Amino acid sequence: MQTALSLETIRKDFPILQRKVRENKLLVYLDNASTSQKPIQVIDAINDYYKNQNANIHRAVYALAEEATEAYENTRTKIAKFLNVQKREEIIFVRGTTEAINLVAYSWGRQNVNKGDIIVTTEYEHHSNIVPWQLLTKERGAKLEYIGVDDNGELILDQLDSYLETGKVKLVTFSQMSNVLGTITNTDEIIKRCKKVGVKTLIDGAQSVPHMKVDLSKLECDFFAFSAHKMLGPTGVGVLWVRKEVLETMQPFHGGGDMIREVHKYETTWNDLPYKFEAGTPNIADVIGFSAAIDYLNKIGMDNIRNHEIELTKYALDKMSKVKGITIYGPKDIAKRGGVISFNFHDVHPHDVATIIDKDGVAVRSGHHCAQVLMERLDVAATNRASFYVYNTKQEIDALIGSLNKVAELFKL
Amino acid sequence: MTGDPIYTEMIIEYSKHPSNFGEIENPDISQHDSNPLCGDSIDLQIKINENKVSDIKFKGKGCSICIACTSVLTELVKGKDLDEVKKIEKNDVLGELGLEHLIRTSPVRIKCALLSLKALKYGIYSYFIEKMKDEKSAGNLKEEATNLY
Repeated sequence: MQTALSLETIRKDFPILQRKVRENKLLVYLDNASTSQKPIQVIDAINDYYKNQNANIHRAVYALAEEATEAYENTRTKIAKFLNVQKREEIIFVRGTTEAINLVAYSWGRQNVNKGDIIVTTEYEHHSNIVPWQLLTKERGAKLEYIGVDDNGELILDQLDSYLETGKVKLVTFSQMSNVLGTITNTDEIIKRCKKVGVKTLIDGAQSVPHMKVDLSKLECDFFAFSAHKMLGPTGVGVLWVRKEVLETMQPFHGGGDMIREVHKYETTWNDLPYKFEAGTPNIADVIGFSAAIDYLNKIGMDNIRNHEIELTKYALDKMSKVKGITIYGPKDIAKRGGVISFNFHDVHPHDVATIIDKDGVAVRSGHHCAQVLMERLDVAATNRASFYVYNTKQEIDALIGSLNKVAELFKL
Repeated sequence: MTGDPIYTEMIIEYSKHPSNFGEIENPDISQHDSNPLCGDSIDLQIKINENKVSDIKFKGKGCSICIACTSVLTELVKGKDLDEVKKIEKNDVLGELGLEHLIRTSPVRIKCALLSLKALKYGIYSYFIEKMKDEKSAGNLKEEATNLY
């Protein structure tokens, strides 16, 4: 990796990568699209907060509370800078991508989506970008439509045009990178077409932000959501970014402490942005842990991370395609995909594959990946998925290939 | 991979060539069950004659463990008296394939192995309750099915 840090140094920062699993096998962790491992810097930051700073934020005047508030709010500023956002009040802390999308569906959706309106999503969405819209459209008498996926694993954008032509579309919501196929969405093109007819856009960045540079000052979407735990940070923290002009029109999601200005018996006025959308005591420790994760990513550099993953993905695709009986899904063009490779063996159930290779300490995901709509489109019950991150090595991919060859041998493929 | 505790020759063979795979016309018991975790899904069909299982078939999609265990279960059950079938336990199925260790070693995969036994217990329970109106014969089968894994 062309960076100030060598791969060897990076791996030493992740205590879990030193452990053995099953029969004394070194862990080969290839389920990063599900959640990433955490460097010691993140673990220490959370520990340090509980040991030295633990206090509730935004309220008390004593020293601890001041320090905790500062650490929490500094993270907001850091994230704004990370995404090139000028207005830090556009950054809302939530539990994760799922909560972020639900917030938009509940708050913005119920105010703006009415009978006969259309919400457009895609066939390669995670359930978290489908189910909230099913709930909303059913409640409002609106319709949910899907942009299809072609045989190369890319979106069929002509279908977007036909939905937009109806004049009824209120929102187009899509993932910037498919969590199953690894396809990188042609985000600029979708947003351009939507803006031309005044339709709002939401981007699910859960798979993209951890792996490539995202500049929100250039993307002209209206909502953007992602999670900390897929980018070296802790679970239970995520971010919703909303363009200020839109955020200012939105009613609160949750009511409670911290989101209010004044509460009287029958009337309440709201706190300023972003606090209006952060009811209750937030996940302070993990937000502070997230701050350390962003420092770590910045130290390596997002472009270096992307390049490292391109190299690993190329290497893996080349070797995997030579394994007997294997089918690999998603775009062939490396520029169009992230470090996520879904595959199946002819006639071998993905759970059998995962169990066999788990014995060698290789962790891949098997199942529907919370993308059952896509599984239907691919006409499979499930797939196996290997996904890479900053600490993975070519030797680990070799270990995966060795285990996959065992599967082929065992099932006589 | 010789000596693999799960993927024995027998399991691979059963998964490629399952026993009693197919459908029965006018079955007396039709029971569907699925495993939400991995998407294993099976349909058991049974024909009863004079309180005996005169025929049993299954269809479904599943991993090799699920298909092998279902095959073995259908072989165990075919031709047997319902009173005997009711008594079939986990290890009767697992033992045939040397998979008893899954109970200890794999809380995830044991669900694949026992899905068909669960469906069988539910199916016989419903047969006694709904068709025969015989609560006594149905006994604890529903609880046994629910608590199987």
